[in-house]
Amino acid sequence: MCTHKLNDVDGPRRDFLGSLTAAVAGAGAIAASVPFVSSMNPSSDVLDKATVEIDIARIGIGQEKTVAWQGKPVFVVHRTAEEIAAMESSNGGKDPEADQNRVQHPEWLVVIGICTHLGCVPNKTAQGWLCPCHGSIYDNSGRILSGPAPKNLILPPYHFVSNDKIMIGKAS
Amino acid sequence: MKNIVGWIDARFPFSAFIKHELTDYPTPRNLSYWWGFGFLAGFVLVIQLVTGIFLAMHYKADSNLAFDSIQHIMREVNYGWLIRYLHSTGASAFFVVIYTHMARTLYYGSYRRPRELLWWTGQLLLLLMMATAFMGYLLPWGQMSYWGATVITNLFSATPFIGDQVVIWLRGGFSVDDPTLTRFFALHYLFPFLISGAVIIHLVALHTVRSSNPSGVNLADRDNIPFHPYYTIKDLFGLGIFLLAYFAIVFFKPDLFIDVSNNIPANPMQTPAEIVPEWYFLPFYAILRSVPNLVGGVVAMALSVIIFAAMPYLDRSRITGGAKYRPVYRALFYVFIVDIFVLGYVGAHPPESLLKLVGEVATGLYFAIFLLLPFVSRWEENKLLKECTLPPAVQEMARNEIRGSHD
Repeated sequence: MCTHKLNDVDGPRRDFLGSLTAAVAGAGAIAASVPFVSSMNPSSDVLDKATVEIDIARIGIGQEKTVAWQGKPVFVVHRTAEEIAAMESSNGGKDPEADQNRVQHPEWLVVIGICTHLGCVPNKTAQGWLCPCHGSIYDNSGRILSGPAPKNLILPPYHFVSNDKIMIGKAS
Repeated sequence: MKNIVGWIDARFPFSAFIKHELTDYPTPRNLSYWWGFGFLAGFVLVIQLVTGIFLAMHYKADSNLAFDSIQHIMREVNYGWLIRYLHSTGASAFFVVIYTHMARTLYYGSYRRPRELLWWTGQLLLLLMMATAFMGYLLPWGQMSYWGATVITNLFSATPFIGDQVVIWLRGGFSVDDPTLTRFFALHYLFPFLISGAVIIHLVALHTVRSSNPSGVNLADRDNIPFHPYYTIKDLFGLGIFLLAYFAIVFFKPDLFIDVSNNIPANPMQTPAEIVPEWYFLPFYAILRSVPNLVGGVVAMALSVIIFAAMPYLDRSRITGGAKYRPVYRALFYVFIVDIFVLGYVGAHPPESLLKLVGEVATGLYFAIFLLLPFVSRWEENKLLKECTLPPAVQEMARNEIRGSHD
């Protein structure tokens, strides 16, 4: 009688201890994988190259300069008066956004030069940009007009240090 | 010699293994040369392992040195040019062999019960092989290497909620750069050993369910012959033919599979005018481009590779064998093969208006064939059994199978 009772109590108890051990082992395995997974994220020296300062005095009206920021191309465009007027009068295409919300000074457009589709670098055209990979077309405000890209060209955080200097990577 | 083997056999089942898997292993007597491509795949795997290990002795996985170390291998290392061309041509040869191996499986219905697991381990091998080929392609650090890796790692931005973080994690930076190169090299060295392990699992599964055969009929014991010497000889002859073609490319047209843009070092600030993946990814790439939406395109492309795993369930016909006794299935098979070549052509060219449309139609057809198969296969089964034109043995087997499934 005594043993019978013991078995009854012991069974579920042992099952519980068994599952508890498995759970602890599982949690331990997950915890042990954290350093390895984390080691594949950007290292601190990569994160360190967070900002870049650019002299924009030499970029003439209608010209574009491509600068590297965090290993990515950033397009800095000195837009003409006609381009500004055309951009301000439209809201773009698929991903409508006012031009005013995309620039700090209307004559300077600063966008990350990476197609929002699969990350190619679009080439400059008179109309804006054309991505050579899958044919996405952007206007002179970096807004997507047609093609497979879902979003407008992304704006990096940046601010004007002075009238002819901007810092990319920091908003203010 | 006998003493040595005896000494080993007392401690390790060496002779028993050779006997069970080779000299006594029963193989259908009617296998055609289409059944030799598994052996060829194993042979190419060995070529890739050996040439890869020797290339790794001279290659430098550093974004500043990688491109030049390839030039060093090509110009200065003794026979470096040969080892590299054997490796780069071997990658393409591997896919030719594996795609043929898969086409044979589809044509003859070798994926069907009881060989589902064999087919799925093969699918796993295909995925591992694609990953290995993709990572290896970054290592020369040319323009096409760089931008191919950029586009493909970007596909993971379609992951819900954490897409951007996943892409940064995969690359180890904000763009494809040195950390990406070093990890791709580490994994490109590791994966072939995972492939070798998966090959052993594939072979254990094969030797459990045994080879299918062109008739599709399950053979009696007396219709089997030992693998050695019959199929060792047949496989070796097939190997001779394969090596003729392989070495013809290695020696006379070694740059056939190397894109010209890859002779320019990687430049993160400039995308080449046209990005084209390696030929073996072209049909899947065309499917990616044909869906006018990032997430949709990525899902369609992933599905186009994985959907093969569903074949044992999509094909609901119980008539034995694959295409041999089933004209409608056979027609579907050929339409599918042509469709893949069309997709490959579309994937290799810029998506201009007409080609874009062709790509969309071919993508639709690709999936339509898979999705119609359950209905078409069952309809054809009924039709053929009613017509009574099948060979009596095949008719009988199908009827038994149908009766069995009702029990």
